[in-house]
Amino acid sequence: MFVRLVYESFRRQKRRKLLAGAAIALGVTVATAMIAVATDIGDKINRELRTLGANLIVTPQEDSLDVEIGGVNLKPPTDGAFLNEADLPKVKDIFWRNNITAFAPMLPVNVTIENDGKQQDATLLGTYFAKDIPLGKEDFITGVRSTHPWWKVEGTWPEDNSRDVLVGEKLASQLREKAGGTLNFSGQQVRISGMLSTGGVEDNQIVAPLALAQEIIGRPGAVRRIYVSALTKPEDAFARRDPRSLSGAMYDRWYCSPYPQSIAFQLAEAIPHSHAEQIRQLAQNEGALLTRIEGLIFLIALAALLAASLAVSAAMATAIFERRAEVGLMKALGAGKVAVAAVFFAEAFLLAVLGGLVGFAAGALLAHQIGHSIFNSQISIQPVLLPVILAVAVIVTFAGSAAAIRRAVGLDPVFALRGEQ
Amino acid sequence: VSAPVSNTPRDVAMRRTDVPHTSMLLRMMLRAAVLRRGRAVSALLAMVVAAAATTALLNLYVDTQSKLQREFRNYGANIVLVSKDGASLPAGTLSQVDSVLAGRGIAAAFGMIVARTGSDQPIVVVGTDFNRVRQLDKWWSVSNWPSAPQQALIGIRAVPIVTPKNQPFDLTFHGRFLHATPAGTVQTGAAEDSRIYLSLSDFVAWTGMEPSTVEVAANGSPEEITAVMNQLVQAIPAADVRPVRQIVEGETRVLGKMQATLLATAALIILTAALCVLSTLLGWVFDRRRDFAILKALGASDRLLNGFFAAEAAALGASGAVIGFAIGVGIAVWIGRVNFHAPVTPRLSVLPFVLAGSIIIALLSAIIPISLLGQIQPAAILRGE
Repeated sequence: MFVRLVYESFRRQKRRKLLAGAAIALGVTVATAMIAVATDIGDKINRELRTLGANLIVTPQEDSLDVEIGGVNLKPPTDGAFLNEADLPKVKDIFWRNNITAFAPMLPVNVTIENDGKQQDATLLGTYFAKDIPLGKEDFITGVRSTHPWWKVEGTWPEDNSRDVLVGEKLASQLREKAGGTLNFSGQQVRISGMLSTGGVEDNQIVAPLALAQEIIGRPGAVRRIYVSALTKPEDAFARRDPRSLSGAMYDRWYCSPYPQSIAFQLAEAIPHSHAEQIRQLAQNEGALLTRIEGLIFLIALAALLAASLAVSAAMATAIFERRAEVGLMKALGAGKVAVAAVFFAEAFLLAVLGGLVGFAAGALLAHQIGHSIFNSQISIQPVLLPVILAVAVIVTFAGSAAAIRRAVGLDPVFALRGEQ
Repeated sequence: VSAPVSNTPRDVAMRRTDVPHTSMLLRMMLRAAVLRRGRAVSALLAMVVAAAATTALLNLYVDTQSKLQREFRNYGANIVLVSKDGASLPAGTLSQVDSVLAGRGIAAAFGMIVARTGSDQPIVVVGTDFNRVRQLDKWWSVSNWPSAPQQALIGIRAVPIVTPKNQPFDLTFHGRFLHATPAGTVQTGAAEDSRIYLSLSDFVAWTGMEPSTVEVAANGSPEEITAVMNQLVQAIPAADVRPVRQIVEGETRVLGKMQATLLATAALIILTAALCVLSTLLGWVFDRRRDFAILKALGASDRLLNGFFAAEAAALGASGAVIGFAIGVGIAVWIGRVNFHAPVTPRLSVLPFVLAGSIIIALLSAIIPISLLGQIQPAAILRGE
């Protein structure tokens, strides 16, 4: 009888059930999409913040001081220590290798440009543009085009295995050179493939493939520093602890958290004779920004959940309120309070589960759409979320129905049947 | 003493034509709200929740941009002024920059030379105003800021070369000596680590050179920053004014994504809230089809009926919007305080939108059932069909 009551109620009142179910589905859609966005926004914004540039730098341990003003290197180019280019793939071999989004080696050397019989000193920066680095099965393409996305080139980017160079726009206007021209320095002639505009010191420099810079100073395999772009976790008090002072378990926790400090520590471990540290301008600020943005979206998601649950409650209350006459009839036929309430709760449960399933699917689709259109990447939904969302949907539906069911059950059948309150 | 009142039907009818009809309308609306308290309250609640969510999101949407822009200023300068010929900037450049900024940001001047240490090593020495640098470059990790003349801030990598035992040291530049004491160290992970920083007055007295670079962190939106840049170009023709593309472009990108996310979220939540209000109000009005039928049977014109239900819906929408606005502002302020540690300024400019939106939705949900019911005979409704 109980099952038949519930079944018939769904069969005969399709419109009303559909409306209530739609309200629940809508609420669950918003809740699912918001939870998905809130849990993934940190990672998404973290990747966007990488467009501000590298946040870690690796230098030789025994390096001499940099003497550089306005992009002009005043240090003898062979002075100081170097890193070895052959060690570069090790950057992608550390514990947090998947958090390394890009890296670029740098080797600044001094050249004397011969231009119309005049001589001019300039700095030539050797680097990777978009170099293919074999890593076991897959290839990793990295270079300044990934670590320094704000660099703009008029003309074409040089190939990493070519002898083409980019000339900074300020230097190019001094030399009256354009893309496609040639440049003579230190007894070499190279082609200018493009003009570089960075808004920084590189506007006064020549940027060339790393091999060309190594050839100029006669040091194959030499690298002065490596810029590394890594996804990091906002720094906290624990991150600032000195790893050497930590005990075993604490050390493991520190080592296995993607703090800027621990990734720098792992880089220094991986590359022989190197020193790695965070570029504080980037690393410090992105932690603060990430915390703010994650907090904001989390709070908005919370507000959205609240609004969605209130909406579901209101819809359920309306649906039950419309059925006073039915309650009156059931009670007049001798149904007890418990029996009437059980019918309503069973209906609410069914609605919540069905609406929750539809809403979860729609919410997953919506989150996917948001991720795709805003961040050009996927926002994935953990399947683990499904039971949680369903449970929340059932609880919210019950809570929303409870007051209305109590009132409906307490009605005097005579008044209810006459249509009064 | 009042005159005796005649109660003949003619006199009563005469009196009633004088009284404005609004009192009847008001009474009907009030009685409807009081008698069916449960339904009216749930409809109002839905309205309030929707209006509160909308208000909070619109307030945050407007305010988050400026809040995040301020966070981005912690990345330091977004405009750099360099002298065109590579020499010093004309004296007074910094005060000119300050007058252009007029409090909308912070600027610091830097003078740079290559000096020699006691052991004849080349080293970059920078002169600047420490108080300004502290505000401009907040990420500098400084052990102790210099406060007295002749005190220097030493880059962490320069310490072993310049003053390994933290003792006073000498620097030479074009044959002129400077005797300085180390005040503290600076660590940034960038070029600053290899330099020595002096106060600008010490630097000028020692080298005789004025600053060659001014770094500016201008506040505001990209448009406001561009405006400041154009003003700087006009005010200081001797300088080459450039944006720090690394910071400006990254900021624009991240803020754009953030704005799009907030917009998508806001649209989603506002849409849900609006749909829920619509369905709740629809149910409420449908539920009152008996009132509607009785009014019609008593001879109310269609215009009067429409007006009555529309007025009721508008009143509900307006009161819901006002209460929701207050709650929504409260939520926005709370989120601002918790997350940004700065108050979100309540924007009254949002109120008209919320009010108009609420009333439109309420009217919509009243008009749809009324136009449906209008085609039905009152007798059919009263019979319960």
